[in-house]
Amino acid sequence: MAMSFSSLRLLGYRINVVAILASLFILFWAAMALFGTSFAPHSPGKVVDFDYYGPISAEFPLGTDYLGRDILSRILMGASYTVGISLAAVCLACASGVALGMAAAVTGGWIDVVLSRFLDALSSIPSKLFGLVMVAAIGSSTPVLILVLAVIYTPGSYRFARALAVNINTMDFVAVARARGEGTFYLITQEILPNIAGPVLADMGLRFVFIVLLLSGLSFLGLGVQPPYADWGSLVKENIGALAFGAPAVIAPCIAIASLTISVNLLIDNLPTKIRDRSA
Amino acid sequence: MANLVEIRDLKVRAQSDSGRLIEIIRGVSFEAAEGEVVALIGESGSGKSTIALTLMGHTRAGCEIIGGQVRLAGRDLVAMSEAERRRLRGTDVAYVPQSAAAAFNPAQRLIDQVVEVSRIHGLMPRQAARARAVELFRALALPEPETIGERYPHQVSGGQLQRLAAAMALIGAPRLMIFDEPTTALDVTTQIEVLRAFKQVMKQGGMAGLYVSHDLAVVAQVADRIVVLKDGAVQETGTTDDIINRPQHPYTKELIAAFRPVSHATVASPAAAAEAPILEVRNLVAGYGRPGPDGMPRVRALDDVSCRLERGRNLGVIGESGSGKSTLARAIAGLLPPVSGEVLLGGQALAPDVARRAKEDLRRMQICFQLADTALNPLRSVSDIIGRPLTFFHGQRGRAREARVEELLEMVRLPRAMKHRLPLELSGGQKQRVNLARALAANPEIVLCDEITSALDTVVAAAILELLDELQRELDLSYVFISHDLSTVQAICDEVMVMYGGRTVETLQASALPEGATQDYSRLLFASVPQLDTGWLDGLPERLPGT
Repeated sequence: MAMSFSSLRLLGYRINVVAILASLFILFWAAMALFGTSFAPHSPGKVVDFDYYGPISAEFPLGTDYLGRDILSRILMGASYTVGISLAAVCLACASGVALGMAAAVTGGWIDVVLSRFLDALSSIPSKLFGLVMVAAIGSSTPVLILVLAVIYTPGSYRFARALAVNINTMDFVAVARARGEGTFYLITQEILPNIAGPVLADMGLRFVFIVLLLSGLSFLGLGVQPPYADWGSLVKENIGALAFGAPAVIAPCIAIASLTISVNLLIDNLPTKIRDRSA
Repeated sequence: MANLVEIRDLKVRAQSDSGRLIEIIRGVSFEAAEGEVVALIGESGSGKSTIALTLMGHTRAGCEIIGGQVRLAGRDLVAMSEAERRRLRGTDVAYVPQSAAAAFNPAQRLIDQVVEVSRIHGLMPRQAARARAVELFRALALPEPETIGERYPHQVSGGQLQRLAAAMALIGAPRLMIFDEPTTALDVTTQIEVLRAFKQVMKQGGMAGLYVSHDLAVVAQVADRIVVLKDGAVQETGTTDDIINRPQHPYTKELIAAFRPVSHATVASPAAAAEAPILEVRNLVAGYGRPGPDGMPRVRALDDVSCRLERGRNLGVIGESGSGKSTLARAIAGLLPPVSGEVLLGGQALAPDVARRAKEDLRRMQICFQLADTALNPLRSVSDIIGRPLTFFHGQRGRAREARVEELLEMVRLPRAMKHRLPLELSGGQKQRVNLARALAANPEIVLCDEITSALDTVVAAAILELLDELQRELDLSYVFISHDLSTVQAICDEVMVMYGGRTVETLQASALPEGATQDYSRLLFASVPQLDTGWLDGLPERLPGT
């Protein structure tokens, strides 16, 4: 009972206030990722202020950057890169990880051994280093970033899904289906997937956070989204000089990253147990 | 004389998952005198454990005592503060749980856990407590009482652990012992030793006991009086002798009737005997773990097992836990491919692995598992669960499939409307019926039933057995019926195979049971089954045949 927030009921689920606040933040960023550029007060690439690292003003609500461009407009543009690339990568990572994990759990034997060892080896490579090497070797573009991020986060998703699926796999209803002669595809999609979907979705949210942070890190190092486009990580990098001036140019994109990742984290932590952990 | 325990008009309320408030104990009253053993008997959900826990001043999470009194030696546990209750626990009232295995910390030595109560209450110095524990170990007939306490929980057997749990409760010399189904998880042969030890210690100590159980025969051995519960209310209270031999309340009568063994009449037509057996198992060897250099698995769960099942007849497989009876079912179904030996269906050898068997062969043989909770996918509706084999084996879809699902539900005596429900919304007996309906959907000739009545209450189990019997007549089925319970096997089978340690001990005609047993082990097994007779335990010879 460490955190007993007042909770309200919605569609039969008990949802607490933190979860609602967090999902409002997430919805906001999702909307900005989709339509953000049309709300932008200025063109994100245009130099609109003669001063650089300008302060907060009515014209530039979040100040201006090192070239005198509007930060708010640039953050709105960055949202679609940060959220879009991360979302695509997490979907790819979880889809492949979960599919492989369930297949390994159901078939067992040498397929399981080979897959597990291979993916363990992959996950033993430091993720940022792997990202750096891959991007440096192939060159940075949106598809390459998505793929690299997906490959880095597949092994974790595989391990998670496999651990869950192994438990379900020992249930008698799976044994009954197997005794009936059902194929692997049926076992995976009809018997196992529905029973692990809740925890897998929660894990996907967490993995999304990791990917946002890694992508921002890569961009900060100059290997992520390339100019003239920018995601939030690149915005921090571009305006790192603003630290000395205490200008909002560097703080605003940091707050954007933090608000998105923390919201997703809080939402997952406060999901109704019914969804997060069905076995409970 | 004032009673040690007096429960007056006890009411307990629980909050369900959906937030509804339900009164689970509805005005229960009973008492127990000093030195008297009272049994609470009832089916699952009758509230017997809840009542027992209130005597510790405890309720499970989500439950709350909303009325009445629970007096222990004149003091009301309901009105007491938590600190006062804590002082009583262990010294005035002690608890022996159902699963001792879950009650012990696997990482601590047994003796340290047994003497913990005396340490918490500062009853006696450590050395004295240890000496007292050894005394109790001896009284509970534990082997090597001097040193058994130095072991860890995994180094003793289940029966020994249960007695150690009793020693843990007894160390504070409580005036009242609460036993919550202490022998339910044990094999019958082990149960006898444990019951004997409990009974002796209680008699010597002169303490009162509250014995919670669903098993009338066990209760008949240990209790002085019985309280029959149903749905949180007392149905009947009386001396053990009265309840067993002269039950008054219809519900008590029903409970007793469900216990009386039913014998089984063979359905098979004489002509069937001339055919090849529908299922034959020849010299099956199977096990778990990686095969060793000799090609044998590391743990051999089945060792050269053979049996045969004639069409329209039923084969019972009986044995204690670890005897290999469930492995036999899995090997026959192809879920655990045997290392050697063969399974013949209607005279044709089957592939060892289920993946290589023909669909038609799979259809002819269906398997039903013990725990309907895990045997039904919790996220599929009843209609999906029963409908899948229809689509899989018979290609039925849409309306034809729905119609057949309804027919099958009717066949297992469930209302049609149930097809929209999820397994969570069914009772244990209903789940087991859906489980059966799914097996029947394939139009099988053989159904392998693995302990399908073990997790059910007596009355519900009796109804399932009756249903199996009727279905056999209607559908010309043959059953392989696996169980640890002799009366269940007797009620449904023509032949009974006794298994021990992965081997067949002997195969007997069910009609000749239990007297027909020729092997020592089968005699021991059959003699260990508690009888509905108050003098049964005391009348047993000190050493049973075969021990």
